[in-house]
Amino acid sequence: MSFQPKKHAITRLMQGIITGASIVLATLSIPAQATDFSGERVEWIIPFKEGGGSDTWARFYAPMISQNLPGQPVVVVKNIPGGGSTKGANQFQRRAKSNGLNVLGTSGSTQFPYLLGDRRVKYEYQDWHAVLATPTGGVFYANAELGINSAKDLVKLRNQELKYGSQGATSLDLVPLLALDMLDIDVKAIFGMKGRGAGRLAFERGEVNIDYQTSAAYLKKVTPLVKEGKAIPIMTWGILAEDGSLQRDPTFPDLPHFAEVYEMIHGEAPSGTDFKVWKAFFVAGFAAQKGIFLPKGTSEEVIETWQNAIAKTVESDEFKSRSEKVLGLYPQAIYGDATSAFNTALSISDADKEWVRSWLTQKYNVRF
Amino acid sequence: MIDAFLIALQTILTGTHLLYLSGGVLLGLAIGIFPGLGGIAGLSLLLPFLFGMEPVSALAMLIGLVAVIPTSDTFTSVLMGIPGSSGSQATVLDGFPMAKKGQAARALSAAFSASLFGGLFGALVLTLFVLIARPVILAFGSAELFMLTLLGLSMVGVLAGNSLVKGLSACGIGLLFGSIGGAPATGEYRMSFDNNYLMDGIPLVVVGLGIFAIPEIIDLLRQNRPIAEASKLGSGWVEGVTDLVRNKWLAIRCAVIGCIVGALPGLGGSVVDWIAYGHAVQTSKDKSEFGKGDVRGVIAPESSNNAKEGGGLIPTLLFGIPGSGSMAVFLGGMVLIGLEPGPAMVSTDLDITYTIVWSLAMANVIGAGACLILSKWVAKLTTIPYALMAPFMIMVICFAAFQATRDLGDLMALLGIGLLGILMKRFGWPRPAFLIGFVLAGGMETYLYQAVQFDGWGFLLKPGVIIIGIMTAVSIYFATRHASNSDTNNESDDTNGADDFDNADGSATKNFESNEKDKLVQASAKTQYSIRPQVVFATAVCLTFAYGLYDSLQQSFLGGVFTAGLSALMLILSGTVLYKLVTHKPDDPVNFDNEIVAGYKGDQSVASLMHYIYWLVGLILGCFVLGYLISISLFFIAFLVLKARTSFIKTASLTMSAVLFLSVLSHVMVLDLPRGLLQDLVQLPWPIG
Repeated sequence: MSFQPKKHAITRLMQGIITGASIVLATLSIPAQATDFSGERVEWIIPFKEGGGSDTWARFYAPMISQNLPGQPVVVVKNIPGGGSTKGANQFQRRAKSNGLNVLGTSGSTQFPYLLGDRRVKYEYQDWHAVLATPTGGVFYANAELGINSAKDLVKLRNQELKYGSQGATSLDLVPLLALDMLDIDVKAIFGMKGRGAGRLAFERGEVNIDYQTSAAYLKKVTPLVKEGKAIPIMTWGILAEDGSLQRDPTFPDLPHFAEVYEMIHGEAPSGTDFKVWKAFFVAGFAAQKGIFLPKGTSEEVIETWQNAIAKTVESDEFKSRSEKVLGLYPQAIYGDATSAFNTALSISDADKEWVRSWLTQKYNVRF
Repeated sequence: MIDAFLIALQTILTGTHLLYLSGGVLLGLAIGIFPGLGGIAGLSLLLPFLFGMEPVSALAMLIGLVAVIPTSDTFTSVLMGIPGSSGSQATVLDGFPMAKKGQAARALSAAFSASLFGGLFGALVLTLFVLIARPVILAFGSAELFMLTLLGLSMVGVLAGNSLVKGLSACGIGLLFGSIGGAPATGEYRMSFDNNYLMDGIPLVVVGLGIFAIPEIIDLLRQNRPIAEASKLGSGWVEGVTDLVRNKWLAIRCAVIGCIVGALPGLGGSVVDWIAYGHAVQTSKDKSEFGKGDVRGVIAPESSNNAKEGGGLIPTLLFGIPGSGSMAVFLGGMVLIGLEPGPAMVSTDLDITYTIVWSLAMANVIGAGACLILSKWVAKLTTIPYALMAPFMIMVICFAAFQATRDLGDLMALLGIGLLGILMKRFGWPRPAFLIGFVLAGGMETYLYQAVQFDGWGFLLKPGVIIIGIMTAVSIYFATRHASNSDTNNESDDTNGADDFDNADGSATKNFESNEKDKLVQASAKTQYSIRPQVVFATAVCLTFAYGLYDSLQQSFLGGVFTAGLSALMLILSGTVLYKLVTHKPDDPVNFDNEIVAGYKGDQSVASLMHYIYWLVGLILGCFVLGYLISISLFFIAFLVLKARTSFIKTASLTMSAVLFLSVLSHVMVLDLPRGLLQDLVQLPWPIG
């Protein structure tokens, strides 16, 4: 992952011409009447494979959004996997039409490479318009044999050999790995896991002794282990309050969130670059994990149409009756909340970006 | 357990359940015949139906659809040598040669009845296995899974043809190609030349298509004959079923293998059919016909691959870890319906699990049964003159390859691997060995690294590891015995069996009447012809390994140690092949050139090897410039007019129907066809835009 080379003058000139031309075209093509999608087909790009978490999320939403868009257009999910989801997002950036018929669904795996300045990233979140943010939570738990009962005992882990099954240091696992590093707890990360499910399986086999799962997976698959006395829940990542502070996860009100645990261990609330970075990645990976975006140059009117459709969807009875099983209990962020959630997630300063890149390089030998 | 089973039985046998199940099956079959579409077909087509449906009916439909994905792609595997998914790659090995002998119907009916049997027997095994599955799956950690990859690798021994060192080198190329992309331990990109496509690794489906299908197409085109040489097809329907009955024990063993190996998350899916195939070869007394159309080579993988789907259900339901692409789709569908898998599936929800297991078996019966009935008619496809079939097949292959990641790189990779396949076929480097290496590379490295991280090298002393180690040793013993057998007993097999997949046919058909003459040609040719082409290829292989070694030295220790060790070992092995070739011992088994053996060289009726490669290159370059749809249309017109010499009207109507079919399909399934430079520069109307 290296920084992009400086653009040639010619390329820039071309870009200028294209931008100019597209502005003219865009002005010409904006229809005067209210947006109506009757008889159209909305293509919702999902940069992941069929059957995965993001795909399921989109396919859950698609038919309901379809009912709530004016003219009830068919909403189809178009999977463009590859490059750790950068491929589909790049394609969206390059080709998407701004008429409201092309939208993109992204996930933490799309946000992280963007934050880290992965060289495969050719997309720019700042160009897009977020109309929905779907949050989730994460629960960190440990093997009962380590001899700890709660977060208070975490210091006991400092002199034990901790193993964590990971998909990669630049994946969503960055959040737990950085968190443990901030708690001065040494962890041996074993990479090459094919998803969080594989990590949990390794935990059940006793191959690793600490793990984390997102809320839904935790409830269904780890709670039985907790009941059997094999797993001890330690902390959650928390949720983001409106004022931007970290709060306890309402799904797990008895578990402390990461900032609380930090204070327990260090005696003071977390501050400084490492916490700022952790929080940015926490928001991008959990608090605003998945989102729907409209492309660059979409008119205010179309954005508003979409915002309304999403709001109607989220408030519908059908959504309320089905969403808990598929999405969990977290409130979906709509209208301005969606925008501000992604603003928090994706505005990382250059200095912070440099900090996390060098942390990853030193600690996990990640080459950018 | 009995209670749960009875409740499940009740659900399954209700009219509505069967109705929705059949609906799913038919939907799956209709689209699954097209290679490469399985999973996408599933969700995109089913979703509109699933929505708002009652959960039980929705589940039935979903199962019906998922169940037939590995069934319907047998058609193209057997009839055209096009493996549609990883599960049907081993079927191609004997299925396609059977089709070429005019036994397509027999091969299909053996395959489908084996599928049906495997599916049912698999369900039976699963019914009991599901109860103990949790501890079994938990007992298979990274160390045991690593050993299983070694067991899979030992199958190379039996598939290596007559030169073991060549077989191992071929396997090594596969392992090296399988290591392209992110290293499991560190995520470093290996051998990817800074190319975004290669960073993700080459998809298995593309490799399967390139290595098997492309060389066969080129070969048949050069000979310009229909797939089936025989003038009479013979229905063969009953024969295929009888074949299964005769080999029932083999089928039972393979179904059990499929079930158990399929149930192991992280490995199962793609190796099962190879393990089953290798097992069939190892346990057969007369091995001479394998690779040339032995029906056991069809029965073994087919009976294992439907049982495998059942096995794949276990980790999906119990742990929420999908074992294959189709299981991922199934899992996604389950969540949409509102069923979240977990440990409860074997306790409180056991009846749901049984419903799913037996619905899957039921769907197999319906699906394989329907295919069985159809096979008699579909087999007739093999009698169509190849020049007419070829453009359709090439269209299908390109389309299937492109579905792997929906990137133009897929087509480039298809071409590259296709060329490799053509050369390997020509020079007798066993392609199955290559594919096994490719399939196992990722798992082998990942699990070895993880096992060492988890347990240190002490993992080698775990009981499970030792047991699988012994099984591997036994397997290798059988393999060497096989090798020495064929050395002494099958002199004539030596020359033909090297590629063990098709050369024998090539020569048999060319010189059908006099085998004597054939031998003469070989004998005289061996002493006279130039071995330079072989030497060039072997040198290229050595250089590839040298590059692999160089590349691995650029990585960190953990990122490069696997490829470094592999390349170093393979440099020695492929160096040996090269040395033997250069010292030119004509009788050494490494010496093989199909151009001479099959009598193509100097035969005026056979087009040159490069001729059709140029056609293919033209098509794929065309895709880059004009996009797929325009390019394939031009290809159709040019090919039909110049090669098949069809009339204007026929050319037009064939091309139109192909284009229409593709356009409608891609629209309904929400797929993009490959776009070229033209589409990037100019806004074109659908479908060419």
